[in-house]
Amino acid sequence: MAIAYEAIIGLEVHAQLLTRTKMFCGCSASYGAPPNTHVCAVCLGLPGSLPVPNATAIEFAVRAGLALGCTVRERSVFARKNYFYPDLAKGYQISQFDLPLNERGHLEIELDDGTRKTVGITRIHVEEDAAKNLHGAGSGTDTLVDYNRAGVALIEIVGEPDLRSAAEAEAYLRRLREVLMFLGVNDGNLEEGSFRCDANVSIRPVGQAKFGTRTELKNINSFRFVRKAIEHELARQEAVISSGGRIVQETRTYSSSEDKTISMRSKEEAHDYRYFPDPDLPPLVVTPARIEAVRAALPELPEAKRLRWQRELGLTASDAQVLTGHPALARYFEDVAARAAGTSPTPEQRAAAGKRCANFIQAEVLRHVTLHGLEAALPVEADALVELLTIVEDGTISGKMAKDVFAEMVETGRRARKIVDQRGLAQVSDAGVIEAAARAVLDENAAQVARYKAGKTTVLGFFVGQVMKATKGAANPALVNDVLKRLLDA
Amino acid sequence: MSAAAITGLGVVALAEKVQRGELRAVEVAQAFLDRIAHLDGGVGAFLHVDGEGALAQAAGVDRLAPDARAALPLAGVPIAIKDNLCTRGVPTTCASKILAGWVPPYDAHAVERLRAAGATLVGKTNMDEFAMGSSNENSAFWPVRNPWDRTRAPGGSSGGSAAATAAAFAAAALGSDTGGSVRQPGAFCGVAAIKPTYGRISRYGLIAFASSLDQIGPFARTTRDAARVLGVIAGHDPRDATSVAREVPDYEAECGRPLAGMRIGVVREALGEGVEPAVRAALEAALEVYRGLGCTIVDVALPHAQHAVATYYLIAPAECSSNLARFDGMRFGLRTPGADLAETYGRTRAEGFGPEVKRRIMLGTYALSAGYYDAFYVKAQKVRTLIARDYDAAFATCDAVLTPTSPTVAFALGEKTSDPLAMYLADIFTLPPSLAGLPAANVTCGFSPEGLPIGLQLVTRAFDEPGLVRLADGYERASGFAGRRPADPEKAKG
Repeated sequence: MAIAYEAIIGLEVHAQLLTRTKMFCGCSASYGAPPNTHVCAVCLGLPGSLPVPNATAIEFAVRAGLALGCTVRERSVFARKNYFYPDLAKGYQISQFDLPLNERGHLEIELDDGTRKTVGITRIHVEEDAAKNLHGAGSGTDTLVDYNRAGVALIEIVGEPDLRSAAEAEAYLRRLREVLMFLGVNDGNLEEGSFRCDANVSIRPVGQAKFGTRTELKNINSFRFVRKAIEHELARQEAVISSGGRIVQETRTYSSSEDKTISMRSKEEAHDYRYFPDPDLPPLVVTPARIEAVRAALPELPEAKRLRWQRELGLTASDAQVLTGHPALARYFEDVAARAAGTSPTPEQRAAAGKRCANFIQAEVLRHVTLHGLEAALPVEADALVELLTIVEDGTISGKMAKDVFAEMVETGRRARKIVDQRGLAQVSDAGVIEAAARAVLDENAAQVARYKAGKTTVLGFFVGQVMKATKGAANPALVNDVLKRLLDA
Repeated sequence: MSAAAITGLGVVALAEKVQRGELRAVEVAQAFLDRIAHLDGGVGAFLHVDGEGALAQAAGVDRLAPDARAALPLAGVPIAIKDNLCTRGVPTTCASKILAGWVPPYDAHAVERLRAAGATLVGKTNMDEFAMGSSNENSAFWPVRNPWDRTRAPGGSSGGSAAATAAAFAAAALGSDTGGSVRQPGAFCGVAAIKPTYGRISRYGLIAFASSLDQIGPFARTTRDAARVLGVIAGHDPRDATSVAREVPDYEAECGRPLAGMRIGVVREALGEGVEPAVRAALEAALEVYRGLGCTIVDVALPHAQHAVATYYLIAPAECSSNLARFDGMRFGLRTPGADLAETYGRTRAEGFGPEVKRRIMLGTYALSAGYYDAFYVKAQKVRTLIARDYDAAFATCDAVLTPTSPTVAFALGEKTSDPLAMYLADIFTLPPSLAGLPAANVTCGFSPEGLPIGLQLVTRAFDEPGLVRLADGYERASGFAGRRPADPEKAKG
């Protein structure tokens, strides 16, 4: 009988902190500049240069730690991780080792079937990024090094091996990215590498307490690849064990082009990093008062937002999920919904406005939104959108017309009222005008009126259409309906 | 004023004359540059003489308005810089082949301060490669000869700076002290030398040997002259996270103050076996001088100091093994290409580093390795704490601890090169205060029968450089040894 195996997965995430400058020097941390233009003596590791910690980076790391339920150490220690590689200017990376800034946190994830699970976080420490090696650049076999990234501030979030499937790993990663983005400490950009993931993967027979030998998967740069890479690795390990083999502790990389994992180096070749406290940096002290100040200033996290919106505005779980897809979108929605509800609204008015805004944003606004990291380009300002939704609500234009008006707003940048005025789109809501048109239509269609009176009430739609046609579509359809019914049923 | 008279003047005297306009900075610079040109061939103190730069700086001082010039504490004072301190546009090699020809794009903090104070930087001095050594024989280029006897070592690792000061190639010099590298060559060359409290002077631009121990320190022919330089280079620098934000007192004001009532602690073992008789005798005589100045001599114990050599030779190599990793042939300095990356690293470092540097990198790599870290590095850090506590206890009953700076006078060149352990033991008295991060000074306290200088070491509480200067200067004035200078090197033995 085949043995059933259980997956044991733990993720290590490296997230670049959104500080203006690097972790230990004043160079710009921005992405995409020409190679080796954001460099100085410190991040190039020139002899005699010394690191000075970036206070904002520490604050961001504390923010992440607190949001993820960690205990923040009042005294943590920077340590050197020693190894040789051309992307590492000093021959060591300044990181943290036995005394990290944040310890023992957790993150709740939700799976596709709605089940929830709490995943442990071992630690979150601060460190500096390495430079970027560009293999095969220049003349053929050369490797060129771009030190712009060298020294950019990172946090490494080490998760407990609590994940039991590739799907759980993906859910964890998505939820973690979302939290960091809402905290404003990371832009969640997997393609540009500002949010990167390594996975430690092993399997064991179901019921066995001891973990199996693990492999470490590197180079996973999309959510899709996370899932595929882990699934492939789990299948590979099961195949090896089932055929009587042993898993070798090693580092493997996921090749998306070949869709498989490939061995990079085994434990025998693994580095002894010779960690020791960095003598250039005194212990990092974060006072309890500082920690509490950061805690007090924590923004609302996406999961709390979703639950609140469902509770207070009556949004569906799916609406809430879509609208928290990006912090800028969530902010936009909240801004629009609050303004649309008017001043001192009742809870019912707030909920109604929330629903309306949620619907319109999802139906119309979203497809015009472009996202890049934490930046979001929204097609129209919140107050312009509120103006549009207000004239729909007061009956000036119909909901159907609102779509056209919105499209024109996006295209021309003009305000809704101006478009409606200039194009004469305002609905006729004058009951007198509508009644005159309705009487004319009824007079001209005596046969249909007779059919209606005989009980064929569906011809009401025909009359409505005729009145709309007579008013060139400007009549308020609800009002037309009411007036016609009144006249016919009299 | 004759060139010989100019080079005979010290820091304070030269600054005063230039401030008052009695001497032009350019004529001072020229006098010292000429002396270097004539005599350094026999000493080897300089790896690089920056005549053009020195004259340009001096001319800048001369061009200043009299008031502005008078405000410069080191107006026109020629100073030599150890070659592990970065100097913008001037080669900086750490006396290593791996950095031969490297020109830093920036000045070390201490160098910046000297320039701003009106000093004239005459050149970069020879040293043990990467500051690792006690004799200057580990220079990749040439050894320095002791100006008092050119067959002897000037001490190390700041041997070039000490020799340059003794030979009056400069009025003062900067060195760096990790385990005695300012004090011991100060003693061997008969000049005043101060290693301040760890954190007192920014290490920014000092090419690191062992970061938790390295401190920059000045050499001059008198303590007062050294105190003037110390006052200029001390103070907080935001670019060094270990630099201390603490006010810089007026060190020079301590000079000439009475010593009566100060208590000097003596460690009896430091005047016992293993210390050369001439050194012992000079130290005993120095204690009499202090008694005569009204000081009390008390016995103190530093029970853990006996482990200082073992402790130091774990911590310093551990830090150096990491600090020197950046010399990999990738971004600057020597590169000896190999077939692949690993071979390029290997060849570059094999060719670029000398044997002592390699020995310490290997020692340190071993001490930090998995499975050995706790037994070696962590344990050494604990002993370091115990040594610091010994001093805390000692300072309950005294204001300064006095020992010889070195158990011997300058030894002969080549005498200890084949025996690294014997060389390491030469640092036995200078290592404990380094491990404790305390300020310490060398003061000349006599001469051996063969005419070689003998130094005593004073150690005070953290940041008590004022007390250190006061005790050193008071002794100098009473003893008169600081006035003695070696004969011109071409006449000296060797």
